[in-house]
Amino acid sequence: MKIRRILVANRGEIAVRIIRTCRSLGIGAVLAASEADIDAVPARLADHAIRIGPAKSTESYLNVNAVIEAAKAAKADAIHPGYGFLSENVRLARACSERDIIFIGPTEAQLEAVGDKLRARRHAIEAGLPVVPGGPVSSSTEAEALAEKIGWPILVKAVGGGGGRGMKLVADPKRLPQTLELAMAEAEAAFADSRVYLERFVASGRHVEVQIIGDGDNVIHLGDRDCSVQRRYQKLIEEAPAPGLPTKVTAAMRDAAVAFGRHLKYRSLGTVEFLYDRNREEFYFLETNARIQVEHPVTEAITGLDLVAEQIAIAEGHKLRLRQDEVKFNGHAIECRLNAEDWTRDFRPMPGIVCTAVFPAGPGVRVDTHIESGSRVPPFYDSLLAKIIVHDVDRSAVIDRLKLALANCDVRGVVTNRDMHVAVLTQPDFVRGGADTAYFRQFLEGREV
Amino acid sequence: MNLTNDDVEEIIRALDSSYFNELRLKTEKFDLYLRRSQASWTQEMHTLASPNLIGDSLSESTTKVDEKTESKQPEGEVAGLAVVKAPMVGTFYRAPKPGAPPFVDIGSIVGEHTVVGIVETMKLMNSVSAGISGRIVEICVLDGQLVEAEHVLMRVKRVDA
Repeated sequence: MKIRRILVANRGEIAVRIIRTCRSLGIGAVLAASEADIDAVPARLADHAIRIGPAKSTESYLNVNAVIEAAKAAKADAIHPGYGFLSENVRLARACSERDIIFIGPTEAQLEAVGDKLRARRHAIEAGLPVVPGGPVSSSTEAEALAEKIGWPILVKAVGGGGGRGMKLVADPKRLPQTLELAMAEAEAAFADSRVYLERFVASGRHVEVQIIGDGDNVIHLGDRDCSVQRRYQKLIEEAPAPGLPTKVTAAMRDAAVAFGRHLKYRSLGTVEFLYDRNREEFYFLETNARIQVEHPVTEAITGLDLVAEQIAIAEGHKLRLRQDEVKFNGHAIECRLNAEDWTRDFRPMPGIVCTAVFPAGPGVRVDTHIESGSRVPPFYDSLLAKIIVHDVDRSAVIDRLKLALANCDVRGVVTNRDMHVAVLTQPDFVRGGADTAYFRQFLEGREV
Repeated sequence: MNLTNDDVEEIIRALDSSYFNELRLKTEKFDLYLRRSQASWTQEMHTLASPNLIGDSLSESTTKVDEKTESKQPEGEVAGLAVVKAPMVGTFYRAPKPGAPPFVDIGSIVGEHTVVGIVETMKLMNSVSAGISGRIVEICVLDGQLVEAEHVLMRVKRVDA
């Protein structure tokens, strides 16, 4: 079915990004906006805007009924949920199918399959993917036996956790029983789900992910990305392809991601995340994100594809429009997330009003943003202001061009983390490529000395 | 029509080989200003179009609710009382999570480091400490209210040890 009008159920830069593709495809874009965003750039760029509730996201962007009602009122035949908010919400997908609205994303069954960590892990094992040695435990006897088998140190993780929450490192076997008990009690309190599982602790790991796209029958990959530069599990810098991996590891990881997608008969865009153990040169399945990702532009830069357009085509019921051997990778791309936070004061969030917003432009430079001078950065949502994406023939050319791009980036009125990116780009460990997820913490500690 | 990144890139490619250092392109919908800078280019965009709202009568009630929760700074200093202020702009919460008992109530005895509330800013939870030993005599804001930085949250009567 041809989609004529899409309700964009999101805000910020990703709303602008989706509206742009709608325009290029001749699809009407209606932005669902909260009170705080009703006059913001995305609402001005969309063909129409519709209020979905107060500033607080639980009453607007996270409110399934409000989003569905808005889609009906706007006569939209599809909803694009972007990332975050309701993007992986089974209830929204189900409500869409009940109300004859196309949900631009995977099927309800697929959202359920990857939404729960343990279920996703089981699917990964069934599909033949390597997972971090470990498994679910419900008593300290069970945990001790499993820990002995997988080796110390181990991580105790809450099934309901994520983003670094509900995770404990145990190095001393004697401390396992009490840590397990505490972890289960905390998991119950925080996530109303006391289930925990053990995993081998990987001392030096990289976060490498593979972009997949499927039409329900066929699944292909669109290459890998490295997102190891993170602070407290929040990605700051992402790049494609993942630098410095052995060729056979890259190939095996891409195959594994496609195998996972085929196992689920995956439909839509998805990202299969892996933990790459630098010391063992092995990788393990971590989880799958069943939506478009913040860092998708680096993949677009090296493949020349418009991932949102492909996602919409599949939602319309089309088959994949390209074969694996037609996906060509060209050069290297890096993305820096420009956030409204003061990185010199423990990354304190900095909402406010932007008075100047000058961004870099020109060949090889792309800026995805919803910020202009006069834009309000409300305290209710995340701190992402803009993504600066640079593409060039190779990684070192990208870094040079990115330095110039950041120098040409002048946002005032709110404090940003621009200078943090400038500092990282001149740092030998980053320039070398292939830093692990502990890198950024060490970078910060090094600056404090 | 609006410009895409590709359009801007194409304009700059054309400008690059010219002797022009600036370009201003203004339509009803946008105002784009390109400028040469350090062998490269910068862009400044202003979206001029206004939001084209659908069915706006629906939402008057929510607008009113928002106005009600808009923070109003209570009267300044009250003699003999210390104040607890919001460390930053954000949403004030009295309890660690919905449905849980509040951190403190009127009459609660607090120490300097007692957590009296949370201010959520950009998805980060910042706990607010009393900063002084004493007894809470007034709570000036509602649970879930938006507060500005330095907004008075509570008043505390000093209790001398």
